[in-house]
Amino acid sequence: MGDMLKVLRYELRSVVRGRTVLGLGLFFALAATGLVQLAGSVARALPSLANLVLLAVPLVSLVFGTVAVYEGRDFTELVVSHPVGRRPFFAGTWLGRTLPLATAFVVGVSVPLALAGVPDGSVRPLLLLLAIGVLLVGVFTALAFLVAFYVRDAARGLGAALLLWLAMTVLYDGAILMAVGVFAQYPLEEPLLWAMFFNPVDLARVTVLLSLDASAMLGYTGAVFHRFFGSGLGIVAAAVSLAVWVVVPLVLAGRRFERMDL
Amino acid sequence: MNAAVRFENVRKRYGPLEVLRGIDLALRAGRVTAVLGPNGAGKTTLLKILLGLVRPDGGQVYLGARAVGTGASYRRDITYMPQLPHFPSNLSARELVSMLSDLRDFDGQPDTELFERFGLADQMDTPFRSLSGGTRQKVNAALAFRFPAPVRVLDEPTAGLDPVAARIFKARILRERGGGRTVILTSHDLGQVEALADDVVFLLEGRVHYAGPQAGLLEATGEDDLEGAVASLAGEETWVTC
Amino acid sequence: MIGTLTAVLTVAAVQVGAAQANVVPGGPQGAIARAVAAARPHDTVRVGPGVYAEPTVVIDRPLVLVGLPGAILDGRGERGLVRIESDSVTVRGFTFRDTGVSFTEDRAAVHVEKAGFCHVAGNHFDDTFFGVYLAGASDCTIRDNTFQAVADRETRAGNGIHLWYSVRVTIEDNVIRGHRDGIYFEFVEDSRVSDNVSERNLRYGLHFMFSDGCTYVGNRFVENGAGVAVMYTERVVMERNTFERNRGTAAFGLLLKDITDSRIEGNHFVGNSVALHAEGVRRIEVTRNRFHDNGWAIQVMANAEEADFVGNDFAGNSFDVSTNSRRTATTFTSNYWDRYRGYDLDRDGVGDVPFHPVRLFSLVVQRNPPAMVLMRSFLVTLLDLAEQLFPVLTPENLVDPSPAMTSRVAP
Repeated sequence: MGDMLKVLRYELRSVVRGRTVLGLGLFFALAATGLVQLAGSVARALPSLANLVLLAVPLVSLVFGTVAVYEGRDFTELVVSHPVGRRPFFAGTWLGRTLPLATAFVVGVSVPLALAGVPDGSVRPLLLLLAIGVLLVGVFTALAFLVAFYVRDAARGLGAALLLWLAMTVLYDGAILMAVGVFAQYPLEEPLLWAMFFNPVDLARVTVLLSLDASAMLGYTGAVFHRFFGSGLGIVAAAVSLAVWVVVPLVLAGRRFERMDL
Repeated sequence: MNAAVRFENVRKRYGPLEVLRGIDLALRAGRVTAVLGPNGAGKTTLLKILLGLVRPDGGQVYLGARAVGTGASYRRDITYMPQLPHFPSNLSARELVSMLSDLRDFDGQPDTELFERFGLADQMDTPFRSLSGGTRQKVNAALAFRFPAPVRVLDEPTAGLDPVAARIFKARILRERGGGRTVILTSHDLGQVEALADDVVFLLEGRVHYAGPQAGLLEATGEDDLEGAVASLAGEETWVTC
Repeated sequence: MIGTLTAVLTVAAVQVGAAQANVVPGGPQGAIARAVAAARPHDTVRVGPGVYAEPTVVIDRPLVLVGLPGAILDGRGERGLVRIESDSVTVRGFTFRDTGVSFTEDRAAVHVEKAGFCHVAGNHFDDTFFGVYLAGASDCTIRDNTFQAVADRETRAGNGIHLWYSVRVTIEDNVIRGHRDGIYFEFVEDSRVSDNVSERNLRYGLHFMFSDGCTYVGNRFVENGAGVAVMYTERVVMERNTFERNRGTAAFGLLLKDITDSRIEGNHFVGNSVALHAEGVRRIEVTRNRFHDNGWAIQVMANAEEADFVGNDFAGNSFDVSTNSRRTATTFTSNYWDRYRGYDLDRDGVGDVPFHPVRLFSLVVQRNPPAMVLMRSFLVTLLDLAEQLFPVLTPENLVDPSPAMTSRVAP
């Protein structure tokens, strides 16, 4: 624990000096400002803000995370040749990258919204959106570390990360849409809902639907949807699963890091 | 058994490339051991395995009586000077030193001799990105002796140091031996090795071809100097001196 | 004209010639019935506070029956409470409770049978099967009552206010909760329903069929099991009503089926699964309504003829418009759509490019409802965008040629 906190401290110092995170915070702030201006109000901007969270956050986190690993290789070798265990080093580095990025996202998005004035009715969906964004940052920095630990070459690693993003934001849903067409005469409700759990972007999106599209979701006839979308069950299941999506890649990346050559 | 460092049947493969094919070595305490061999012979890999930076595919490494496993605390007894120093570019030497002291939980009296003799005092607050390669290498060398440890691992220590700094550094290595410490180094500079090393390990194609006192190597090969001995071990065509 | 004259005479009679009889609890059974039997036309019978568990009170002459505060008529789960069989009867100030459930009769707290000019006002209906039941009534007013039923199943619940073959009835300022249908009309004409609240009823907040020429103004229909459904009717006017949070499978803010020559104006549809569903409608005008945060704002079937949507406000809906065919005779004009991404170069407040309100994704969902989980997916956004640019599957003539750049509906 002590070593992890030390590593975290040095990571944070270096990240803050690097200014990248500041830039990303500004990017989120500009995007949020633009969306609110375009939509005219915070409440109307929520759906586009949701799109920002579902698209930009995974992309930014993946790139930021893989670049961090490749740029930090020498630092890793330097630190790990001293009496610092790999596990605390890994934990400290991941937190040292994830926390500043999550902070940049939360602060970047919420400051312009707060300035624009958040109506009472939008507070809850907005908080949900921020929480989902933070979880997504965690999921995708963890995945980024995992990718970068397996692919030694930085260019190929970055490519793999982008491919992963494309797969999770577009291709996966495309496959589902095709499956829906092909297997239209079968009961698809339950498999589809399950499919959402195997893609963190979809999982996050479904959580957003719970707050923005509950009316439509409840209009559908399926009993499984009703149980999922009509009760607290859905939000709890989605939140827990997103957390699992942080933990699993993190554990895998940690195990890989433990065994890999530096 | 007074081996400071012992390798037992250590094997390592990078993909199709078998870098270490079962290394058995015992490095004695209080001596300077030079690890020699052509490029790609596995010298750096061997050192990195000792430091826990590279994971061996098989075998075991001991530091004194302790097995070098996944734990990290044994590295308190080792200092390491990597071949090419990659320091965080936005840190200064002073910040780096304080960070490493913190990471080593070191709060005793540091050995700052080399910092002083290299004349680094007025560059301690400059970020690494603004330091020349030579200065960085000086910091690298000075860091390797800053913290007390019974074992020093130096990968190509004098490459990149100017002649004056190299002289200071070599003298320092020799003094280290007098203090009963174990120094392990790799070098392409055979003259340097001749002057510094008590023992020599010769690696070729992942195997130990010779391990023992420098004098013994000359004797075994029937050559007059180290260069000749090494050349005869390696076969002329594969041995390239730098 | 005759109706109006009669009404005036009734009022005059009460004020001028009426005697008063008082009933107090604790007397022999049937005290209210005896007071009614003893009353002359247009007398007032005042019922003092207390619980009366008496046989159904039948009022067969013009009469004012007043419950003083605390006057409770209790059916003990076995019977209806008041039956009006004469014109010009007023019943007010009572608490009616516990009629019990009947599967053989439409048991009601207040039953009006073939009577005119009745007046039911200021009563509480507490767990009654049917609240007020009008059959063959005319020129009646039902005002300021509250209805609270606690049934958990449709079969064990009656309607709050139930009208059958009645004309010129006014229903206003009532609050109806927990019934099967809040307000139910069948074969009712020229009636007016205004400023009522009908919420959390098991089936419909308002349900009518074959009831021409009725007007519905300023009512709130909230969280009813299936919303509001109106069918087989002409000349309906619905203004300034609120349809809110009617959610669930087959829950409609407003379901129109075979509605003709009608007008729906200035209503608020908020948070319903389907805000407005129209099938078999002819010549209806839907103007200046607000459709916000619904699952589907408009579902209009291809058999709609001359359904015109003008100047409405669409925002925050999951789907704005869906339909079941590429051919449609429905028109959309000058509506505000929050999805509209066009521009207004001449700054006249009207978008310069038309808006296609039917998303490709809504067709996908129509064919494969579970695909709904893909809503808001980037992929779906891309598909919708492509379809907007090059409509292939969505109805090409279902289009708003002059979309408004800003909302024109007052909040």
